[in-house]
Amino acid sequence: MSDTTPPPLRARHGERGEKTHASFGGIEKSAARGGNTGPDFTGIAGSAEFGELRSRLKRFVLPMTALFLLLYLGYVLLAAYAPDFMGEPVFGNINVGLLFGIGQFASTLLITTLYVRFTARRVDPEVDELRETTGGGQR
Amino acid sequence: MNALAQQQSPLDGTNPAVNITVFAGLILFTLLITYRASSNRNTSDYFAAGGTFSGAQNGIALSGDFLSAASFLGIAGAIAVHGYDGFLYSIGFLVAWLVNLLLVAERLRNTGRFTMGDVLSFRMRRRPVRAAAAVSTMFITVAYMVAQMAGAGDLVALLLDIHSSSGQALVIAVVGVVMVFYVLIGGMKGTTWVQILKAAMLLLSVSLITLFLLGKFGFNFSDLMQRAAQNNPLGERVFAPGAQYGESALTKLDFVSLSMALVLGVAGLPHVLMRFYTVPNSREARRSVVWATWLMSLFYLCTLVIGFGSAALVGTETIRNAPGEENSAAPLLAYEIGGTPLLGVISAVAFATILAVVAGLTLTASASFAHDFYANVVRGGRADPDSEVRVARITAMVMGAAAIIGGILVNGQNIAFLVGLAFAIAASANLSTLLFTLFWKRFNTSGTLWGMYGGLGSCLLLMLFSPVVSGAPDSIFPSVDFSFFPLSNPGIVSIPVSFLCGIIGTFVRPRSADPADFDEMEVRSLTGIGSRDVVG
Repeated sequence: MSDTTPPPLRARHGERGEKTHASFGGIEKSAARGGNTGPDFTGIAGSAEFGELRSRLKRFVLPMTALFLLLYLGYVLLAAYAPDFMGEPVFGNINVGLLFGIGQFASTLLITTLYVRFTARRVDPEVDELRETTGGGQR
Repeated sequence: MNALAQQQSPLDGTNPAVNITVFAGLILFTLLITYRASSNRNTSDYFAAGGTFSGAQNGIALSGDFLSAASFLGIAGAIAVHGYDGFLYSIGFLVAWLVNLLLVAERLRNTGRFTMGDVLSFRMRRRPVRAAAAVSTMFITVAYMVAQMAGAGDLVALLLDIHSSSGQALVIAVVGVVMVFYVLIGGMKGTTWVQILKAAMLLLSVSLITLFLLGKFGFNFSDLMQRAAQNNPLGERVFAPGAQYGESALTKLDFVSLSMALVLGVAGLPHVLMRFYTVPNSREARRSVVWATWLMSLFYLCTLVIGFGSAALVGTETIRNAPGEENSAAPLLAYEIGGTPLLGVISAVAFATILAVVAGLTLTASASFAHDFYANVVRGGRADPDSEVRVARITAMVMGAAAIIGGILVNGQNIAFLVGLAFAIAASANLSTLLFTLFWKRFNTSGTLWGMYGGLGSCLLLMLFSPVVSGAPDSIFPSVDFSFFPLSNPGIVSIPVSFLCGIIGTFVRPRSADPADFDEMEVRSLTGIGSRDVVG
């Protein structure tokens, strides 16, 4: 922790913050770190439970990120390089491009909902358990 | 623009004095309410909130922060004038929130305390990284503020019916000074409440106008589009993409570049990132992003109707000839539908939007500069609090002045386009380092600095030598031409450059940052363990 240990002046920021609240609402406080008495982070990071949590999150988040970026990129490339296809009317003046655009809204909301369900079922309970077993404090 | 001075006013039959009175009355009313609502609260609520805001409240405030004048005035105008191409902004601005939801919001909340610099410097050498974070925050903020100032000036010029460039420049200067003054006097207090109130007003009025427009056309959106095409010289070309960006291979590339900046920029905006700290924990941060996403989906769907609606009811030519040009579409539509009262309401909502966004931006950036740069870097941590606050105030004034000058220079440009440039800077300077520091163990201080300065520098340089600044009829300096970069949005080049610089910079130094710090950061960012004592 040689070059990342908070210098002693960090402790003083808290006191200073009190005096300057009126002007900047504590903005000048910095992220004081837990210090050496905190939880054993390396130990937790190496534990099987945490490893499982980490890979579970990755297995959801990374494919989803790739999916929405590809959907978006595909949409943008179609709009830029296939305007005739996008202008193909479907009904009335509503064309393919408009439906695809609305589709981006739908996919965004769908991925948002899926993520919320995923975290509520598969992540949050795990995190709570991990916090309890490691004494990481309560929410 | 002088040629247009003789044109008939688009707000014919109204009295500028009445317009501005209704408008000013509503602004004062809004400020009074927010002042009273917030006066019994502790000033520190806004930044160090540490649990005062629920996910829902914060989500509304988050959408308030994000739905700036660009989203409202800019997108409506872009769709009214260019049709489908303007819709891209709506989609980019919305999809971008998935980056925040999936990758950034919760991890940031768990790891940092207040600024983006907290997270970036977590496992790096603090001083240089904090300095870099402060510098990028300043540039992004000023670019973002320029767009807001231009929007505010356009709005007031429209209400006062001022057509001459010098008159509009004066309006931007006066409005800008008023805004900075507001921030300096005590803007902190109510900013979150201004955001919540304003987001509610904005969403409400936008939904009502949308319902009205759809009702007028028998809930047949196709008919509304038909009328919009009839009132637009582009005709039915507005239905499909390409009306604005379809001209040549270069403009198409520009379109792709802009769309990249939009989707990747949100996760680098300092005032948006800051909002993840005003909730008690990462789950509330997630909840607030979900709230914001739903609210913004509603809003951006409405912009589509409002954009085509203003072309249909007001007509594209009238919009183009109005003071403020494209940015006047939504207020003109309001006038067409509800006369002076609705014009006043919509203008007041738009102005409150700008005021709140400018206040948030100014405070974030000036405080970050005073703390991260002045106190920790210049004074080596030995600055006394009074001088820190004084530096923050001076910074706010300097940034305000820069934004006013910038706003005057870009007067007449679509503000959604201008915000697109701020997004390009944010995506180039911050996104790569933020993702690397969260997900890449080998990443180190050198990589952080390379990534930030490389991305920021390349983005600013390319902008300077782009048609936005010189060489084109609608450039800032149309009479000279020193542009060699053909795209008006540099995102497609500068964003990959910043990722590349981050990687190169990392391998230039043989050692990675302390692995124990990465462990701590990873555990904290995923579980929040240890973050409680930070909030304390």
